[in-house]
Amino acid sequence: MKHIKIKWILIMFALAAIMIVGGCKKKQVPAPPPTAPPAPQPKATLSLNPESVARGETAVLTWSTADATDVKIDGLGSVQFNGSAPVTPSASTTYRLTATGPGGSTDATARLTVVEAPAPPPQAVAPESTTDEQLFSASVKDIYFDYDRYDLRAEDQAVVNADAAFLKSHPSIRFTIEGHCDERGSTDYNLALGDNRANAARSALISAGVAASQIRVISFGKEKPFCNESTESCWQQNRRDHFVYGQK
Amino acid sequence: MKRFAALSAILIALVLPALAQDWIRTGTGVGGEKIRIAVPDFKIVRDDPSAASLNKTFNEVLFTDLTQAGIFDVVSKSFYPLDAIAYPNDARLDVWAAPPPKASMLAFGNLGVSNGTMQVQGWLFDVKSTQSPQVLAKQYRESATGDSARLIAHRFADEIIFRLGGGITGIAETKLYFVSTRSGHKEIWAMDYDGAGQHAVTHLNSISLSPRVSPDNSRIAFASFYKGGPNISIWSLELGRLLSFPAFGGTNLSPAWSSDGSHIAFSSSRTGDPEIYVCDQNGNNLKRLTAYHGPDVSPVWNPKTNAQIAWVSGRTGLPQIYTMESDGTNVQRITDQGYAVSPSWSPNGQFLAFAWIRKYGPGSPGASDIYIMDIASRKWVQLTHDGGRNDFPSWSPDGRHIVYQSTRSGSEQIWTMLADGSQHIQLTFTGSNSQPNWSWK
Repeated sequence: MKHIKIKWILIMFALAAIMIVGGCKKKQVPAPPPTAPPAPQPKATLSLNPESVARGETAVLTWSTADATDVKIDGLGSVQFNGSAPVTPSASTTYRLTATGPGGSTDATARLTVVEAPAPPPQAVAPESTTDEQLFSASVKDIYFDYDRYDLRAEDQAVVNADAAFLKSHPSIRFTIEGHCDERGSTDYNLALGDNRANAARSALISAGVAASQIRVISFGKEKPFCNESTESCWQQNRRDHFVYGQK
Repeated sequence: MKRFAALSAILIALVLPALAQDWIRTGTGVGGEKIRIAVPDFKIVRDDPSAASLNKTFNEVLFTDLTQAGIFDVVSKSFYPLDAIAYPNDARLDVWAAPPPKASMLAFGNLGVSNGTMQVQGWLFDVKSTQSPQVLAKQYRESATGDSARLIAHRFADEIIFRLGGGITGIAETKLYFVSTRSGHKEIWAMDYDGAGQHAVTHLNSISLSPRVSPDNSRIAFASFYKGGPNISIWSLELGRLLSFPAFGGTNLSPAWSSDGSHIAFSSSRTGDPEIYVCDQNGNNLKRLTAYHGPDVSPVWNPKTNAQIAWVSGRTGLPQIYTMESDGTNVQRITDQGYAVSPSWSPNGQFLAFAWIRKYGPGSPGASDIYIMDIASRKWVQLTHDGGRNDFPSWSPDGRHIVYQSTRSGSEQIWTMLADGSQHIQLTFTGSNSQPNWSWK
């Protein structure tokens, strides 16, 4: 009696094993019907003109496809097989086109870089003379930080020195250091961390000889990000001290 | 046969550790045996065109309040006898004591509307005490509006909870304050504890953060950018406007009221480094408590004694929770690893709730979850497990509930749960909603 039971159990195990192993095997793909020749892979191109615009300006997205039955662009939805459309994104955007046809699907991408709009040139000033504000934005560079850190990176010392040299030679310029953080981390802690970041640059500039009265600091934590994607390159953009002309 | 038994034992040994997660009950007043209570719909006694909808609101709110209280096993309505109960004489206790309802407690009553006035009579009966079953009898009279029906249901629920819940007042009449982006700016919003009546409190068109309501529920302290850098601001709920409060310079944020309402603790970088400060409720007598370089934020008082403050410090790198006496002495580090922020001190002074990414750092994308820690023993329990970024826990005044923000639904929203980590309920659904704060009573 006992023997029979064990046998049964062994048989069940064997059956289960066969089913599991069998299930893992790749199923045979049935051969395609021999009559139809293979459909060609769709072709697609996507381009932008220009590839870089100031915030608020418009670029033209142009595409062409072949051998496709359905063409979609992320953010625009289904579109004609060939065509163009104006786009005005508020931040840098990668457009992706997907052409689907009987022969499969093909992707094409194009990236539009949105740069901060330059301050409109003042009317009264003659074109050859530049304003303090233009000089400031051309000369003073932002400083970037490591994750959860507020100490200046060694390689940024040169940036601080250059910023300080310009600011010392323009003692009438008042400016603001904005401390920013990436989206990770908690709201309140990031505001404090951003404050430490802004004050780290302030201290460095003061030790390099910039007058404290020129500087105002403010922390925005993660409240005003420069970039809204959850990627390391975007987070790095947001972990920064941003230098702004004037003191609001 | 023996071999099979051995195989089974090995299989069980392999599977069990995966099941043995730390879903532990914490003795926060939740848990233990729950009282089985039946709440048949109240009966309309003086009919009026508006009575049916008011009675529906009343019945739904009362049922929800008792279900969410955390101390009841509310009998499903499908188990109830069909006869409605309007008055004590209608209540056949033997039927309610027997299965399927098998109730220990029975709450019932009637609702009538006449001339724009709604009258509600409610009773609570101990079903097993057939000689003198009445535990509670209440009568309410309010204008016949949906809001009044909600309010009466909340009051009756809190009476029942107070009577059966060890003398701890229920939370049905409490409010939640939070930050919402619904208007396009981060403003301070308010809602009932169950998510009803969501409305904007401030209209500053700026960035307003971390609201904390005063213990007398008359003012909200928060941080706002409306005058430049973030400053502590005080909003009067009675006057509907900002009260004057000094600007200290630097970044000022995360205010916290002492439970007697006399002091506010907050973080200020007025000296160039964020430190914890304490001042009077009107901003006078500013006193600095911490003196280490690095971020110091999010102070909270021990509401039982006001003699201790817990806060977040980045003095050793990643933020950790610390405690100190309210004069700044006896600093103790509470968390030993990871990224720990947003402490909230339980009303009984025994626990800290906080947000913790226990394993944190580049390459280790840990989840931010809500934990509570018994301060004396440093034993902790994880309350959220369901993914998303969970932050900003805040205790309910009865110590049985916690409100928090979570991204588990795909966006930042406000949720409540029982303090043992069960019964998660989403309260907000539009815009981005964050930093909830539970009112004091």
